[in-house]
Formats: sequence, structure tokens, C-alpha cells
Amino acid sequence: MRSRYRLRPAAAGVLVAALALAGCGRSTTDELVIGEYGSLTGGDATFGQSTKAGVEVALDELVAQKQGKIGGMAVRVVVEDDQGRPEEAASVVQKLINQDQVIAVVGEVASSRSLAGGPICQQNGVPMISPSSTNPGVTQVGDFIFRMCYLDDFQGQVMARFTGQTLGLKRVAMLKDIKNDYSVALAEFFTEEFVKNGGTVEIEQSYQSGDQDYRAQLTAIKARNPQAIILPGYYTEAGLIARQARELGLTVPLIGGDGWESEKLIEIGGEAMDGCYYANHWSLDQPNAKLQEFLTAYRAKFKGDPDAIGGLAYDAATVLFRSMEKLAAEDPAAFAGLGSSKAGTEARKAATRKLRDLIAATADYEGATGTVTLDENRNPKKPIVMIAVKGGKKVFETSIAP
Amino acid sequence: MPEFLQQLVNGITWGSVYALIALGYTMVYGILRLINFAHGDVYMLGAFFAFYAARITGAAVDPNPLKATGILLIAMIGCGIVGFLIERFAYKPVRRSSRLAALITAIGVSLLLENGGQLLFGADPKFFPQIIRATNIPLGMGVTISNQQIIILVVSIALMLGLRFIVMNTRAGKAMRAVSYSHTAASLMGISVDRIITFTFVLGSMLAAAAGVLVALQNPKIEPYMGIMPGLKAFVAAVLGGIGNIPGAVLGGMVMGIAEVMVVGYLSPTWRDAIAFVLLILILLVRPQGLLGQPPAEKV
Repeated sequence: MRSRYRLRPAAAGVLVAALALAGCGRSTTDELVIGEYGSLTGGDATFGQSTKAGVEVALDELVAQKQGKIGGMAVRVVVEDDQGRPEEAASVVQKLINQDQVIAVVGEVASSRSLAGGPICQQNGVPMISPSSTNPGVTQVGDFIFRMCYLDDFQGQVMARFTGQTLGLKRVAMLKDIKNDYSVALAEFFTEEFVKNGGTVEIEQSYQSGDQDYRAQLTAIKARNPQAIILPGYYTEAGLIARQARELGLTVPLIGGDGWESEKLIEIGGEAMDGCYYANHWSLDQPNAKLQEFLTAYRAKFKGDPDAIGGLAYDAATVLFRSMEKLAAEDPAAFAGLGSSKAGTEARKAATRKLRDLIAATADYEGATGTVTLDENRNPKKPIVMIAVKGGKKVFETSIAP
Repeated sequence: MPEFLQQLVNGITWGSVYALIALGYTMVYGILRLINFAHGDVYMLGAFFAFYAARITGAAVDPNPLKATGILLIAMIGCGIVGFLIERFAYKPVRRSSRLAALITAIGVSLLLENGGQLLFGADPKFFPQIIRATNIPLGMGVTISNQQIIILVVSIALMLGLRFIVMNTRAGKAMRAVSYSHTAASLMGISVDRIITFTFVLGSMLAAAAGVLVALQNPKIEPYMGIMPGLKAFVAAVLGGIGNIPGAVLGGMVMGIAEVMVVGYLSPTWRDAIAFVLLILILLVRPQGLLGQPPAEKV
């Protein structure tokens, strides 16, 4: 009996040691958790899928170069599907921040969904980089929101100048997606510039994403006999609208923005897309070394060509990784706050703020989609490439610098 | 004027699709007093069956009318089987329960098909292959109709006439009409009520499948949720024409299609979905039994 009593302190000692070990174990598996959200499903699913693929290529690069670690901690990306719905986007960003306690967020493509997720990142002090939301309002949400692409005011101007000057067209029809922030704003920017240069928008019609039948709008457009139809929407609708326009005997070119950028555009639109133009972030046949490097890596991994959305996501993730590396090198004490064990602490708050400052200082980053230097409003200035669809292929037409 | 005529052509083709779907609603309601909310999802399944059939038969690469007909039949038979299974395993067990139980079951089946479809086919929209190449046929005065629109019209009208023949001129149709009058009386006359109900479900599902294939042919984007809105609107069309009344469903569908296209063309596309329900409210206020319906003996 007495021996048992004597054993007690020993047992307690073992227990304390075990707890301490467990504590150590936790700190060595400390990781850097990054969130990503996008439309992996839904009407514009290739946006989310391309983003995911682009981030994966960036992560592969990190694994190849640094065993997937920054400052001694492994990087893990949590991907959430928002089904292409803004309300779902808000709730998955909440989940990423509250449950996964991510240190930064990559997303979204569609401006409506970046505008839904952005304010939540801003409130929680989590930096968010939108790879490809072009609506000016996205980065106006606050100082924690960044983007990797050009803005719609510039895109609208380029589309208007291309239509008016390059193609020499004066009378156009507008067909926009009324429920889509991107589409509505781009239509406005286009109209403003186009009218300023002496063009007229003969008729303005709209649809709602998810509609199947656009013949009524196209019939009304046809009655005005425009020289082109401006279609600032997403690729699924663009393809369907092109088809139905041709069926109704409308042979004029359709002109769109970067929302058309998807491998599915030509699959859906088929021959009807021939002779149409759209503004884009890149053209695959450009000689840019970083672009070709990304292409090789992407093709090896996915056995196909990336779209610009994938390239921008790669750049967003790479900019984020570089900023984290910089923080690890410059201020290791603050960097430790990014580790998953520090979630919810003051150290984490200070660290994400420092990370934000470093992202904001991004300058002369050579990416797959061109050079990124973020201005004081956290936007880059990048050239726009006009793509022509010819014989089922996307062909480089012209490049316009800001 | 040409613009108006073109809109009319657009409206009639769109309306004939609603009519096909509405027929299924109205038949099932006429016989069971059940609103089969899963009907729009059977329409979606029809489009997907045709999608896979077109892939297997290679109709996408080398389209010909024979293959297209085959694909339509495959989709209709496939959905006929689905309709049979839904009736057997979802509705039959609750047939003796309250009306509400059946209604909730219908919503459940609808959700099952939508989400099951998402699991099975994937949530991203699929592109339906052109199993018949589109060509334009000018009708004069700048009005054009595509061969696909003509096919939609012809196939819909043929199917509606076929249905009318079955209901009015065959023994099974006579039995259907008897069952719709009274289950008890029909069974006393030696009619197998169960078999007639099954037959009705299979028939309705086949019509929905045909509508699915026709719509996919013209608007080649298909996805698991594509049946929700057309399903709801076809239901409104059925009520508009007088639920339980077969010519009424066709009329209701046409009115809906034309109204929708005219609203989009001359007012605003944001009213597209609203007009269906505006029509529903109006008809319920002014003529609750529907355009061609008999004054109801009981209310739902």
C-alpha cells in the first residue's frame, strides 16, 4: 500500500512531461493556413476551378523550391466553394476566418462575390487578394483588400476605343447582366467613353445570369440594326447569346470583357463566336518569360492550357508567398504570429497587419500576367490585350497600355 | 411590325415547351389531386439522359435526324422509368395519407433529384451537343425561324395530339378519365387504379423528358438546377389553363411563353419571372378555375 503512495509523485511527473511534449509537438506542426474561395460549381464554374489550379501551381513551385515552407512553417491552402453565389461567398469567407483561422484569403473572380467576401476580411484584419475582380469598388472596401488585375474603368475605355477607333463602329447595342456588379459597371464605363468619342448606344437591353432564352432582347436589338453588340457579361451567357443572335440573323460582332475568359466560351458559343472580340489579361502567345514558365508548369500538371484567371490566381498566390517570406526574413518575431497556434491572439493581429503592409508595398513583381506594382489604392496598372475569336481559336489582336 | 412578329415566333416556341411540361402537371393533378413538384426535375433529367445518349451514340460529331430521334426516345424512356420509380417508391406509400404528406414528399423528391443530379452529373453547366445543326429559315419581313424552333413546335404538337389520342380514344385513356372522376367508382368498375396512376406518371414524365431535350437543343446549357424555374412556370401555366384540363395546359403554356417574351422585349427583362406570378395572381382572382377549367367542386 505504501509503495503505491510513493509512486504518485512519479506518475504526476510523467503526466507533466507528456503534456509538455504534446505542447512541443503542437508548436512544431505550426502551419501557415491560407484561405481560397471561388465558384468551383455553378454557372461560372471555370472561374473558381481556374483560380484553384493557378494557386496549386504556385504551391507546387513553393514545394519544389522550399519544401512548401515559409520561415520554417508549412503552407496549407484551404479551398471553399461559394457555388457562384454572393451570399454563399460571404458565409464561406466567415468560415475561413472563424473556423480555419486563415492568415490571408485569395479570392474571388466575380466582383459581386469579392464585394461580398471583402468586407468580412476587412473587419477581421485579414488581407485578401482578389486575383481577377475588375470592379473598382472591390479594393475600395478597405486597406486590407488587394487585386492583381486591371480595373473596369480602364477596361471600359479600352473596349470603347477599340470598338470606335480600331473597328470604326459608331452605333452599338448594349446587352448587360443586370444582377451582376461587374457587368453593370463595365457597361457604364464603356458607354461613357464611347459616347464621348461620338458613338451612340442605340439600345440598352439586359438579362439575368441563369436565363436560357435571350431571343426577346436580341429581337429588340435587331430592330435597331446596330453595328456591334456590347456584351459585358460572363462566358456562359456570352456563348448562348452569340448562338441565339446568329439564329436571329444578327451577324454583327459581339464585344466583351474579361468575363468571357474561359475555355468553355468557344465550346458553348461554337461557330457563333467567330468574329467576336474581348478584352483580356493576357494572350498565351506573348513571349513574356514568366508567362511561358507558368505555361510549362501548368501544362505539365493539368494537360491543358490555362486561362488568364488561372494566371492571375498564380500571381496572387505568389505575391502572397513573397510577402510572407519577406516578413519571415525582416521580422521573424512578428512572423511567428502567423503560425496556426497563434490564432486569435494579439500577436496574430499584429502579424497580419505587417503582412498587409508588405503586400501593399509590392513593386515590380514579374508575374505570369505581367508586372505588378500596387498603387496607393492597392491596384496594379496593367495593359489590356484584345483577343479576336477566329475559326474557334483565340487570337491576339492588339495590346493597349494604360 | 417585323419585330413584333419575331417576338411572337419566339414566344410561341418558348410557350410550346411550357405546354409540354404543364401537361405532365395537369395529368397527375387531374388523377391524383397531387402537385408533382418533382416534375421540373424530371425535365432536367430528360436533358441529361439525352446529353449522355448523344455522347455514346456520337451524335455530337456526326448529327443526323435518325440519331436525334433515337436520343429523344432514349431520354423519354429513361424518364418514363424514373417516373415509374418515383411513383412506386415515393408517392404510393403515402397515397392513403393526408394530401399534405404527398405534397411534402413531392418537394422531397424534387430536392433529391436536384442534389442527386448535382452529385451525379457535377454542378457545372454542361454544353448540350448540337444533335441537329441550326439553320435559319426566313419567313419574310425580316422574321426568321430556326429549324430547331420548327422542330420544337412540330414535336410538341405531335406529342400533344398523341396524348389527346391516348386520353380520348384508348381504353387506358378512358380508364384515366374514369379514375380522375373517382378512384372508388373506377375501382368498382374493375379498373386497376394503381396501374392507371403509374401509367399517368410514366406518360407525364415522358412528356417532361421530351421538353427537356427540346429546350436543350435550342438553349444548349444544361445543369442540375435547370428544372426549377421552368417547372414552377409550367405549374403556373397549368393553373392558368385550368389545372386538370389537358387543352388548358397547352393554352396556359402558350399564354405564358408569349407573355414572357413580350414583357422582356417591350418592358424589362427583370419582369421575366415576375410576369408568371402576376398572371397566376390575376387568374386566381378573376377566374380561379383557370381559362378552360370547370368550376371546382373542391378547393386545394
